[in-house]
Amino acid sequence: MNKEELKLRLEEQLPPASFEDGAEWTTAIVDPAGWEGFARHLRSDAGLEFDYLFCVTAVDWRTYMTMVYHLTSTIHRHIMVVKVKLDRDRPEIPTVSHIWRTAEFHEREAFDLFGVVFSEHPDLRRLFMTDEWKGWPLRKDYEDPVNMIKL
Amino acid sequence: MIQEVGTTEQGELVINLGPQHPSTHGVLHLVITLSGETIKKVEPHLGYIHRSIEKMCESLSYRQFIYVTSRMDYLSSHINNHGCALCVEKGMQIEVPARAKVIRVLMDELTRLASHQLWWGAMAMDVGALTPFFHAFREREAINDIMEETCGARLTMNYMVPGGVMADLHPDFPKKVKEFIRFFRTKIDEYDELVTGNVIFKSRMEGIGYLSAESAVSFGCTGPTARGSGVSCDIRKLYPYEVYGQLQFEEVTATGGDCFARYMVRMQEMRQSLSIIEQLIDNIPEGEFQAKTKAVLKLPKGEFYSRVETARGEFGVYIISEGGTTPYRIKFRSPGFSNLSALDHMARGYKIGDLVAIMGTLDLVIPDIDR
Amino acid sequence: MLSIENITHSIDAWLNSLFNPTVVLLVESLIVGLCVISLFAVLGLVLVLMERKVSAYMQIRLGPNRVGPGGSLQTVADTLKLAMKEGLTPDGADKFLFNLAPFVVIVVAMMILAPVAFAKGTQIWDLNIGVLYITAVSSLSVIGILMAGWASNNKYSLLGAMRSGAQIVSYELSAGISVISIVVLTGSLRIQDIIASQQDGWWLFKGHIPALLSFVIFIIAVTAETNRAPFDLAEAESELTAGFHTEYSGMKFALFFLAEYVNIFIVCAIAATLYLGGWMPLHIGHWAGFNRVMDYIPSSLWFMGKTFFLIFVIMWFRWTFPRLRIDQLLNLEWKYLLPISMVNLLLMTLIAIEGWYF
Repeated sequence: MNKEELKLRLEEQLPPASFEDGAEWTTAIVDPAGWEGFARHLRSDAGLEFDYLFCVTAVDWRTYMTMVYHLTSTIHRHIMVVKVKLDRDRPEIPTVSHIWRTAEFHEREAFDLFGVVFSEHPDLRRLFMTDEWKGWPLRKDYEDPVNMIKL
Repeated sequence: MIQEVGTTEQGELVINLGPQHPSTHGVLHLVITLSGETIKKVEPHLGYIHRSIEKMCESLSYRQFIYVTSRMDYLSSHINNHGCALCVEKGMQIEVPARAKVIRVLMDELTRLASHQLWWGAMAMDVGALTPFFHAFREREAINDIMEETCGARLTMNYMVPGGVMADLHPDFPKKVKEFIRFFRTKIDEYDELVTGNVIFKSRMEGIGYLSAESAVSFGCTGPTARGSGVSCDIRKLYPYEVYGQLQFEEVTATGGDCFARYMVRMQEMRQSLSIIEQLIDNIPEGEFQAKTKAVLKLPKGEFYSRVETARGEFGVYIISEGGTTPYRIKFRSPGFSNLSALDHMARGYKIGDLVAIMGTLDLVIPDIDR
Repeated sequence: MLSIENITHSIDAWLNSLFNPTVVLLVESLIVGLCVISLFAVLGLVLVLMERKVSAYMQIRLGPNRVGPGGSLQTVADTLKLAMKEGLTPDGADKFLFNLAPFVVIVVAMMILAPVAFAKGTQIWDLNIGVLYITAVSSLSVIGILMAGWASNNKYSLLGAMRSGAQIVSYELSAGISVISIVVLTGSLRIQDIIASQQDGWWLFKGHIPALLSFVIFIIAVTAETNRAPFDLAEAESELTAGFHTEYSGMKFALFFLAEYVNIFIVCAIAATLYLGGWMPLHIGHWAGFNRVMDYIPSSLWFMGKTFFLIFVIMWFRWTFPRLRIDQLLNLEWKYLLPISMVNLLLMTLIAIEGWYF
């Protein structure tokens, strides 16, 4: 399915999603509360079958945070992007590691670098940093006088 | 928290493999729970070479950040740079001249060959055959010399720029590449005789490390790791970029799902790369090698994603730009990261000696995973 | 012509003229002991260098070529280095066994040298159960290995020693049965008898198919017994650790290292004696002219040539084949080599009784 058909199909099946215009692929914007149900639907619906989560990104927009999920289907070969807007002071979102197993590592990385908490993740702990590290390195307000050099 | 090496309550042994170890190809720390000789759980501990490249790129310009990716997967350095250049060109709507496209594809395929050669040598060494390593490096020297003449470096060739390539090809390039193709064709057959057909090698690789197609997709595996399980995911075929759409080559898949299937996929890929190079080497169009671009690049506000097929799998570059001269956020989707997450699933129930064979066929480069 | 027999006889005569028989015996024992130790040293030197050069040429490189002409003094330098290294004993190690283990392995290797015939008339002790003695004494080296693994107080060493022990004990069976099949043809356990029976041709050619089969099985079995690739899982560098000699450093490590190479020499010498005639030149039946020509080459040269050729083949194996996993290794022995060698022994006995050999 191409961009427009996908958007129409999703709009009719899941009203709560809103869509972003002007992007290369169909981009849906979802609430954190509805994310898990939306993801399950994307994975299991016969016409959609997004079985391949190929990129999980967290973005810090200074006043809020976003999780961006890039999905594709190996059967129908369509691509879509889902963005979930999170509160910056308490970024929490349900995990999707039981739907796409690649999310286990990707969500650990987002937790380690941004501090996003994934509820019900089987093993949420830091991935790259040492376990005792304080702070979330990739946030825009992260200060580290020892390791960061300001030019 | 890191589990102390010792014995668990069930009488299982917990041991460390790495971070310094001849077989892990980089600084990978694996904590393995063994019951006798059988593996119960493999837990990778990452971060030994985490350089925070994504944060670093937020303060580099669009011309500078490309070369940091050479240091990520250093065996596919051209291909990584290519991915970044494609993303910037997508954002700025730059049209790349035909000559530059062909040069880029040639460099990509040579890099893929070099990476697979090193993989073959290291894989044989891990399984115990110590001689193929030297043969692989001798072949690789030929490619390194070709690269050195044109790009100036042997490992991290900073050659791709947004708009084309940095300098034109060396005049000897077509002649040397043709010589190399002729020489290497015979060598691949030699490799098959020496290692692939060996009974001991086959018994170490067949039936080991099974990964089903659904698991491969669920774990996000790409490249030969997934193609060995029958998943068709070659970016060069699915979303052709540069001149791949006009070339005749096959996507190599196998259905075995075990180590031997992944091994055969890479061996066949080497042959396919040779055939791509042969198709292009005589038909390099004349013209500009670089499009005219401004000195300081500024991507418009928005987000851009581009993907290329490295020797390990799909490399994705996701740039979120606010309109300035440096990116707001860059995410590198590295193939090794997802391939490694499948290691635990693949290794359970096999012996400790098989773990080395499985890691060899995953072809991990740790700086690619840690970024 | 200058032959070793003449030298030994003349020394014997000279000593007898000076001292009484008991003292002569003691002095001769001393001389022989010194010869064995120096042979060890020279063998170690030559074999380690040979391994490094052979592996280098197979891997398109040169190997040691700086120390001494063509790199020949490399092993001397390495041994000096090892001798000057600090010999560490791990904390909880059983000191007595830890120190004893390398000596057990070396003494066993020296003892096996006794019945080996290096040239015509050059044999330290020609006992009537020569072959049985060799097989029996070579089994003692397992004790040394297990001692080393246990006394190191290191779970990886213990694992490695256990694997090594299991491997050696299993492969001794096939090696022993192969040896027996030649003894059946010869009808005697004495080394001199076995060599003498190859006067008209080596057993490898005279015994045709069963002897060839037995030779192949013997070579595979002794490669496994000496822990050489492709059966070197116990000390595999790309797996966990260096096996039973992980904790050894300095001179004790040098002794283990030396013992491994001398063991290779010994098993190749036995293979050469049993299958290729030992010091007996290549004779073809009763072709007197050809045999006379072959006799011009000294017997010690024949022996050394055959042994070093077999050593080269064993080294060739190491740098060509990948490694077998421990369960595949034991599978190979118990499910394939042992049944085949037993059937081969029966076949050989049938041939020996019926006289169906050359």
